[in-house]
Amino acid sequence: MIAETLYAVLVGPFRDIVTGPLFFLEVLIGGIAAGLLYSLVALGFVLIYKASGVFNFAQGVMVLFAALTLVGLIERGVPVAVALLLTIAVMIVLAFAVERVVLRPLVNQAPIILFMATIGLNFFLEGLGEMVWGANVKKLDVGIPDESLKVAGVLVNKLEMTAAGTAAVLVAVLAVFFQRTRIGRALRAVADDHEAALSIGIPLKTIWVVVWSVAGIVAIAAGIMWGAKSGVQFSLSLIALKALPVLILGGFESVPGAIVGGLIIGVGEKIGEVYWGPLVGGAIENWFAYVLALAFLLVRPQGLFGEKIIERV
Amino acid sequence: MLEVVGVSVRFGALVALNQVSLNVRPGEIVAIIGPNGAGKTTLLNAISGFYHPFEGRILFDGQERTRLSPPQVAALGIARTFQNVALFKGMTVLDNIMTGRLLKMRGSFLLDALWWGPARRQELEHRAFAEQIIDFLEIQAIRKTPAGRLPYGLQKRVELARALAAQPRLLLLDEPMAGMNVEEKEDMCRFILDVNSEFGTTIALIEHDMSVVMDISDRVAVLDYGRKIAEGRPDEVRSDAAVIDAYLGVAHS
Amino acid sequence: MIYREAGQFKTTYAGDQAVFPIVQDRVVVALAIVAAFVVPPVLAGEYWLQAVLIPFLVYAMAALGLNILTGYAGQLSLGTGGFMAVGGYAAFKLATAWPGLNVLVAFLFGGLMAAGIGLVFGIPSLRIKGFYLAVATLAAQFFLIWLFNRVAWFSNYAPSGTITAPDREVLGVLVTGPNSTAAVRYVVALAFVVVFAAVAKNLVRGRIGRAWMAIRDRDIAAEIIGVHPLRTKLLAFGISSFFCGVAGAELVFLYLGSAETLAFDINQSFLVLFMIIIGGLGSILGSLLGAGFIVLVPIFLTNVPHWMGLSMSVALQKQIEVMIFGGLILAFLIVEPHGLARLWQISKEKLRLWPFPH
Repeated sequence: MIAETLYAVLVGPFRDIVTGPLFFLEVLIGGIAAGLLYSLVALGFVLIYKASGVFNFAQGVMVLFAALTLVGLIERGVPVAVALLLTIAVMIVLAFAVERVVLRPLVNQAPIILFMATIGLNFFLEGLGEMVWGANVKKLDVGIPDESLKVAGVLVNKLEMTAAGTAAVLVAVLAVFFQRTRIGRALRAVADDHEAALSIGIPLKTIWVVVWSVAGIVAIAAGIMWGAKSGVQFSLSLIALKALPVLILGGFESVPGAIVGGLIIGVGEKIGEVYWGPLVGGAIENWFAYVLALAFLLVRPQGLFGEKIIERV
Repeated sequence: MLEVVGVSVRFGALVALNQVSLNVRPGEIVAIIGPNGAGKTTLLNAISGFYHPFEGRILFDGQERTRLSPPQVAALGIARTFQNVALFKGMTVLDNIMTGRLLKMRGSFLLDALWWGPARRQELEHRAFAEQIIDFLEIQAIRKTPAGRLPYGLQKRVELARALAAQPRLLLLDEPMAGMNVEEKEDMCRFILDVNSEFGTTIALIEHDMSVVMDISDRVAVLDYGRKIAEGRPDEVRSDAAVIDAYLGVAHS
Repeated sequence: MIYREAGQFKTTYAGDQAVFPIVQDRVVVALAIVAAFVVPPVLAGEYWLQAVLIPFLVYAMAALGLNILTGYAGQLSLGTGGFMAVGGYAAFKLATAWPGLNVLVAFLFGGLMAAGIGLVFGIPSLRIKGFYLAVATLAAQFFLIWLFNRVAWFSNYAPSGTITAPDREVLGVLVTGPNSTAAVRYVVALAFVVVFAAVAKNLVRGRIGRAWMAIRDRDIAAEIIGVHPLRTKLLAFGISSFFCGVAGAELVFLYLGSAETLAFDINQSFLVLFMIIIGGLGSILGSLLGAGFIVLVPIFLTNVPHWMGLSMSVALQKQIEVMIFGGLILAFLIVEPHGLARLWQISKEKLRLWPFPH
């Protein structure tokens, strides 16, 4: 019995992988595609955390809100390009509102208070979004067919590939933005120490609005990708929770970390589900990412890319 | 009582302490001075067990104590205050002091839960002791104030009270008078001297104010860039050339 | 005028340390507790007992537990639902496996099991802090729910995975199960809350509570003072999970009657977190106030439009409810981070001086 179980867990899945390389490649690609989408959402978190030190739990719902607004406008007959611009405008307004209502009053509080505030924000936006746009699933059509084609014998989904490609481009752009531009540097200063940044003249409020807007745009992109794939619905905000393990792996402040973390989680989840899942009845995806993150944390509490925090007394 | 022998502490490539040796004898007041960044707080942190030196030894009462964890060091009878006041801001002054008493509290969880007999008696005994310290440091009026609301000078005094609550044999004070005005400093000096004479507590303090150092310390050690550059009686150190160069200031033309 | 303490001086430390130092407080609280045991079972209708009072008591228990962990010890946990699930399922298994056993013991067993699991998931808390710990508790939450869903043994192989509280008696009175009355279940839940709240209060005002708060406020300084971080944190996890486990058992046995894992999902974890934020972090009274508040809001939303002659769809109600919760969290965190408990304190202080302004 024990030998059988050990074999099933430690050997069987690997044998399956090796004997079906093409299938494994498909699973891998699916995992990468999902992982890139996680990365996009995680990126929104990282941006906000880098610039305002706030862990924005509401990032997931911002994705949802963006997608809902876009779809809602399109459904009401607004042309796609205009709808996109309007959605961006809405997200910028949201950024202003959040800065005014949530961030400014709480500027000196402990991080855990800010975190809980974003949880409150999350629920508020969820209710609001549902109230304004209705609760049923909406289809988001971006003009790319959700069909698969065979590339070198491997089944590849066009939509997923486009999403992955776009995500990759966005991530690259943002990475450059942070490292090379003046604004990027200012953002990093703010993330390090609000008061110090203020004291050297960095306009805190502007920075925050900029960052939350950018995060909003990232949210739109993520929302479009997810929405096109699985329809715009409320499980989208659960993705926010899934982004947390990504952030743990990649660190909260690292753009490359968000990418790597997202990929690891996405691939790990898919492979775990397909090859090990059947052993325990499936649905491993529900908890696999979190347990993986937990395991990582035990070994490296600051994540893969995070900086080792040297505590001073 | 406390012997620091050739201790070096490193953070990655940065060597914060470089083979520092220091001897603290029972009952004396030793001042540790030096420019900012010299490693004074690091030295205290190493003694507290918060950093573990990568070379050297720390002995307390002749016993090897180099690699203990902070709670273990506290259990030896070493208490301290911190440079940036580390009071428990959410608790009242009284609770902060009672927390300092934790090491002396023995408790059974069950009795605590029921607030019965021994647990209650013990709590009241410790309360009585804490009140003695409150009287000693003259902070009766603020005993129920949440620590976060106190002005800086009083916070420092409460921190001292919390350290005293543990009835320490060695007291480590990190800039206990930083940010105080003249009167507050005089009060604090008086308290420190009283602690030393009445309770016999050995004291090692980091301090920048030279007049304070000269007045109250028996011996002075000077650190610069992680090394000890001088040690001796206050007047000896004051006229030491290396110290003047590094710290007390010389106009180079 | 209403609320004078003139002439009441504390001459002993014991008097000063009392939970209710003012005589009026003591009398009022004693009367209130007696009234709570006597009045509702007699006067309150089935609706009030079943839909308001019993869930309030059950959630109050969970809120007490989470407040100990998050409010006093400062360890943010999003796994409350999971720990409650452990309590619920463990109690269920024991009660069904051993019909002769006093069902209240099954509740305590559920608490113990949850405490064990809590300790396991608390071990990482030494290395992992803050948000990271919150994510670790999420791992607990999702894994435990998956486990109870997946392994049919936990629900005694029931086809839909539902666990149902069986009829059980205590001292000859039916306490749980489809045939028990709401009044009896209410009294049992109330008894538990009174006892557990008293225990919690005793713990937090003594050395254990101080150790927790020290870790919460400055964990490094606490360590240097002599607080053992792992021991203290594990104690918080264990006790908190015990409370949540009992609450979970109560959820199934005293409130819902039957439940599936949905009753313990991530939304429950958030709900209890809201209770302690709104009620007041680090306050026993706050846990109770927060639980009451959160239980009342949906009731309010269901009934008030009805009384006013408006009709609101169920979906809209839920949306407004969620918005109110979210908005209130923000409002409280900004205006009064110590929640309803502090507002209560402030109003008492005003009452002492009324009608004088200060």
